Amino acid sequence: MPCGLFHNRYRTDERIFQTIWVRSWLTVFGIFVLLMPFFVSDYIIYVTNTIFIFIVGAIGLNILTGFTGQISIGHGAFAAVGAYTSAILTTKLGISFWIALPIAGFFTALIGMIFGIPSLRVKGLYLVIATLAAQFIIEYTIIHWESLTNGITGIFVPSPELFGFVFNTDKKFYYLLLAFAVSAVASGRNIFRTRVGRAFIAIRDRDIAAELVGISLFKYKLLAFAISSFYAGIAGCLWGYYTNVITPEHFTIVLSIDYLAMIIVGGLGSIIGTIFGVIFITILPELLTTIGLILKGTFGQITTLLSAIKGLIFGMSIILFLVFEPEGLAEIWRRVRAYWKLWPFSY
Amino acid sequence: MAENISFFFQLLLTGLVVGSIYALVALGFVLIYKSTSILNFAQGELLMFGAYVCLALTVELNIPFIWSFLLTLAFSFALGVLLERTILRPMIGESIISVIMITIALSTVMRSLIQIAWGTETKVFPPIFSEEPIHFLGLFIAQIHLYSLSFALLCVAMFGLFFKFSSAGLAMRVTAFDQQIAHTMGINIKRIFALAWAISAIVSSIGGIILGNINGINNLLAHMGLKVFPCVILGGLDSIIGAIVGGFLIGILENLAGGYLDPILGGGVKDVAPYVFLIVMLMIKPYGLFGKVLIERL
Repeated sequence: MPCGLFHNRYRTDERIFQTIWVRSWLTVFGIFVLLMPFFVSDYIIYVTNTIFIFIVGAIGLNILTGFTGQISIGHGAFAAVGAYTSAILTTKLGISFWIALPIAGFFTALIGMIFGIPSLRVKGLYLVIATLAAQFIIEYTIIHWESLTNGITGIFVPSPELFGFVFNTDKKFYYLLLAFAVSAVASGRNIFRTRVGRAFIAIRDRDIAAELVGISLFKYKLLAFAISSFYAGIAGCLWGYYTNVITPEHFTIVLSIDYLAMIIVGGLGSIIGTIFGVIFITILPELLTTIGLILKGTFGQITTLLSAIKGLIFGMSIILFLVFEPEGLAEIWRRVRAYWKLWPFSY
Repeated sequence: MAENISFFFQLLLTGLVVGSIYALVALGFVLIYKSTSILNFAQGELLMFGAYVCLALTVELNIPFIWSFLLTLAFSFALGVLLERTILRPMIGESIISVIMITIALSTVMRSLIQIAWGTETKVFPPIFSEEPIHFLGLFIAQIHLYSLSFALLCVAMFGLFFKFSSAGLAMRVTAFDQQIAHTMGINIKRIFALAWAISAIVSSIGGIILGNINGINNLLAHMGLKVFPCVILGGLDSIIGAIVGGFLIGILENLAGGYLDPILGGGVKDVAPYVFLIVMLMIKPYGLFGKVLIERL
């Protein structure tokens, strides 16, 4: 029996899930996820659903930031574009969810490309500032274009339906969102096995060198912005239909920072890391809220401080991650796996 | 017609006052960027820290304003050094995104701590300057605006002289120009980094105290820190003169845009105009008025 992984054919080398162990554990995990709604509370399903939505958005941001190296602090605003586009299409024109969703995605991709134009001349820190401006400009437009967006009161979005089946409870949404999250992960992983994905990685590693080997920076940087914004638009659209109401408050710079935190805590340029990061950043505040509710009985008055403490712990955990584990949760996952792979002879 | 002109000058004047504060904060921002290559997203929180500490000293401890002001500067100095030592120094050599994210996280932490300590409602300084406006060529000028403008100008001039003539200022300029050269000339670069953060914290808290005296203090003060980006892009990210010029220009620009476009677009133009201007600037002249054009080799 070979004491390691040896590939004899290219086909086995190109596989995403390479060993029988990975595949069987994945099947077990898949069955668990499929059956989960039957034995957990509605609250846990709600949290899981938000995780699914954030996975879609965060994978989009990781494609842009982690794989292409273009840092963006405007991802939350792009999600807003998707949410508002689909909501307006549904409420004003009566278009169904299934058609509004792709339109929202493509429209967000277009907006993302417009704000990606500065990336052709500037990069690094300058690009960060450009996307920050995008965040504020989009937010302003949404708040002040009241005839279209209802301003700060927001838009009520009806639940989507398919052949008379209405997705209006957390449980019904669970499978819909699961499907979206799985396809986002699968497509995100597979982009980087194609020509386009390889071009993105080359641009991240050294854009001038990439240009020298014949990668058109103009085309691929804008494409990265488009793909990333497409994901953001889909995530925003799903969020709107899931919560039934969208307001500008949800899509502020805080959301953009949350998205960035997810991919940094998870691991830049890692799809599985993105999933870990999303879970970490989504569960952390929920956990703190739960602890706060428990402590409320003993200390009282703690809820007023809770939002501040949440912010504090959120910030501290990012600082600690960056100082002690800059590669993120993906690296910890890799180390744990490597340890068990060789166990008990780990020397 | 005369009304139009006086409206214009009123906007210009308000712009100058706001711009002077922008210039101060931008100065602190550029200082950190120039010497340590860190894009500091926590600049607004440094400003807020200064404002709250000064307020607490003045109101809660009943210290005369001038002394609490000086004490605040000392606290800011300490805070700047502390932040550099504990959080930013381990990040030397890390990728851009990590460093950016750590300053964003730092801003969240500082804002939360301030919220825990002082709550979220708006607080006002006890009136220090007379509230009687001054008439000047048909314009109304609040005394506090006049004081803040002249004080900000004084600060800018003082820092100008500091960089030009003092040995610490010279060392900082050398470090900003080329760290290796600075090192070979016997300059302690780590000390310069700490000094950059300390001075930046001081300048920002001066801006915060002035702003607190004009508008009162609340959590929204931190947004000033983000307004600094259009200023520094306009002036050039690595130019101190640029930061000051950019600060004044953005202050004037946002007030003119607010004054003339608000009736047409319906409110709030002031807050977004600088960012629109920023995007346009990045597309036509990305390195600003005075910035150094980045030349990259393989």
